Amino acid sequence: MATTVVAEETARAKPRVGDLVFSRLAMGAGIAILAALAAVFIFLAIEGVPGLAKPAEFYGDASNFWGYVAPLLFGTILAAVIALIVAVPLAWGIALVVSHYAPKRVATPIAYVIDLLAAVPSVVFGLWGITVLARQLQPGYVWLDENMGWLPFFAGPASGTGRTILTAGLVLAIMILPIITAISREVFSQTPRLHEEAALALGATRWEMIRMAVFPYARSGMVSAVMLGLGRALGETMAVAMVLSAGGGISLNLISSSNPASIASNIASNYKEGTPGKIQVLIATGLVLFLVTFLVNFAARWIVQRGERRLAR
Amino acid sequence: MSTVTPTRPVTGSLSLTAAKLPRFAPVLVAVVAAAAAALPVLFLGWGPIAWAILAGLVFLVALPLWARVVEGSRGATDRMVTGLVWAACAIAIVPLLSLLWTVVDRGLPAINTTFLTFSMYRTDLDQEVGIYHALIGTLLITLFAAIISVPIGIMAAIYLIEYGKGSRLARWITFLVDVMTGIPSIVAGLFAFALFILVFGPSTRVGIGGSVALALLMIPIVVRSTEEMLRLVPDELREASYALGVPKWRTIVKVVLPTALGGIVTGVTLAVARVVGETAPLLLIAGLTSRTNFNVFDGRMTTLPVLIFTQNANPGIAETPGGTPPGIEIAWGGALVLIVIVMLLNLVARTIGAIFAPKTGH
Repeated sequence: MATTVVAEETARAKPRVGDLVFSRLAMGAGIAILAALAAVFIFLAIEGVPGLAKPAEFYGDASNFWGYVAPLLFGTILAAVIALIVAVPLAWGIALVVSHYAPKRVATPIAYVIDLLAAVPSVVFGLWGITVLARQLQPGYVWLDENMGWLPFFAGPASGTGRTILTAGLVLAIMILPIITAISREVFSQTPRLHEEAALALGATRWEMIRMAVFPYARSGMVSAVMLGLGRALGETMAVAMVLSAGGGISLNLISSSNPASIASNIASNYKEGTPGKIQVLIATGLVLFLVTFLVNFAARWIVQRGERRLAR
Repeated sequence: MSTVTPTRPVTGSLSLTAAKLPRFAPVLVAVVAAAAAALPVLFLGWGPIAWAILAGLVFLVALPLWARVVEGSRGATDRMVTGLVWAACAIAIVPLLSLLWTVVDRGLPAINTTFLTFSMYRTDLDQEVGIYHALIGTLLITLFAAIISVPIGIMAAIYLIEYGKGSRLARWITFLVDVMTGIPSIVAGLFAFALFILVFGPSTRVGIGGSVALALLMIPIVVRSTEEMLRLVPDELREASYALGVPKWRTIVKVVLPTALGGIVTGVTLAVARVVGETAPLLLIAGLTSRTNFNVFDGRMTTLPVLIFTQNANPGIAETPGGTPPGIEIAWGGALVLIVIVMLLNLVARTIGAIFAPKTGH
């Protein structure tokens, strides 16, 4: 690197117009990205803040904005949590297969197939969710209602179409699987080979090696992978908007058709009939969603950076 | 490792290696499990899916049990986890296969030359309809999104790698670009929507608004992939150029960028593939129309994902009772076309990446 520094110094000694213009352009582009992020916040605030305090008729059944957004926020989080509960163990399993279990010539195709899952557009997932998944799951919901109805989650009555929050959560789970797998795979495969071999040499089985050498090393990466998946699931619009037939308020009942929509899907399904006042309310809910996902992503990236710094030391 | 105590009682002759199941044990158990699961399935008349699930469960129980008897509890746990992680793979592939199969199965009958070259605009009810207007809309909006985001993304990456290394500004940009990858697409759409209705009035629906929203989603992907590629360019190349007295900016333009070009093109193509299927932002700001619109700066533009969404939501009435409504057919046909476009873009990106892979080895 020393030579690069020298080169920079000579360049500085003889300033050239081209260099000056180019470096300012590059810096400008970087600043433009920061400005774009700030603009997102500013414009959502300008259009959304008036939506926070409208007369009560703008908020449907609720009397004020927070009463309006609370069920939506609950729906958003419930769908995302279902997605995480299903996707995280699967994603870690697949990531382990790719990084530690499968031989390379099997691992590469598996990784490719999971990436393929990430390439499918969300609207196609939605279409598949209604047409195939919801119909396949509907008899299962009836069974759950009859046999496990004593659990609050399966209180029923079972939805006749299968378009429930559980179906929406499962579709979301499939959609966030690739991102969690990709990041976990990356951190798993970065485990120092010496740690792994030391564990094996002490007589550990493969699973014990993974538990004692891989997981402790990859912990921060695994946590941030989950949080990035959470951020994705919170903001996903179309799959929820298409699959979930929303209605009703806050409820833990997963298999009936009385769950609130998510913030994003509520925007997508209501913006069309919106008067300017109603649109401001929707943008205000969008602002809430932006802040929530921003915080989740911020925390996830912060954990990653801290982990990287710890490893670098 | 506190639990590592010899779990097997030492028997007659001392052996240095612990007892292990034979190598063919998993295969044997798999065959037995498949056969055992076939019995109730045949008698009760269940389908092949139930058989697969049952066989998998029998396998996951039987192999650890056998291992427990021969190898002890640690071996059994290991066998069970191995079975579980492979099961996770199998479970994840099922929805993908189901989805691809459904899209091809339902979409293929809808596709013909009329479908690809006619718009939804018609002056009488018997006229043929197609998705041409949505194809053009998707193409133009994505093109303009690329025109906006690619220069900004590449220049920002150049700043991060070549100029700002280690500076506070560069660290913040890197961090916030990472955070930006997580912005929900609907929020990007709302941003473009808020911007355009603020500037051009409340009922504005225009294609370029969709491009702005998509560009916001593309920029972080372009920056990250370009950064990665620029980092792979060996410092020797830069130094050789400086030694010849070439200014830094010419070194970047003539040496660094051409070396990394393949990777950058791959990254941009993947970014395009990622946003080409976005629905939510375009639903908000680009609107819906049945005519073909070639001007992104004026009037509504339909895109393929929005068309799929709206056709599915309002499918119309089937010609024959009990048949498929025309909107559903169009939606599936559109879904197939969209998936083919996305897969092609991915394929192109990977091919370019493989051909122009930077030569880092010596």
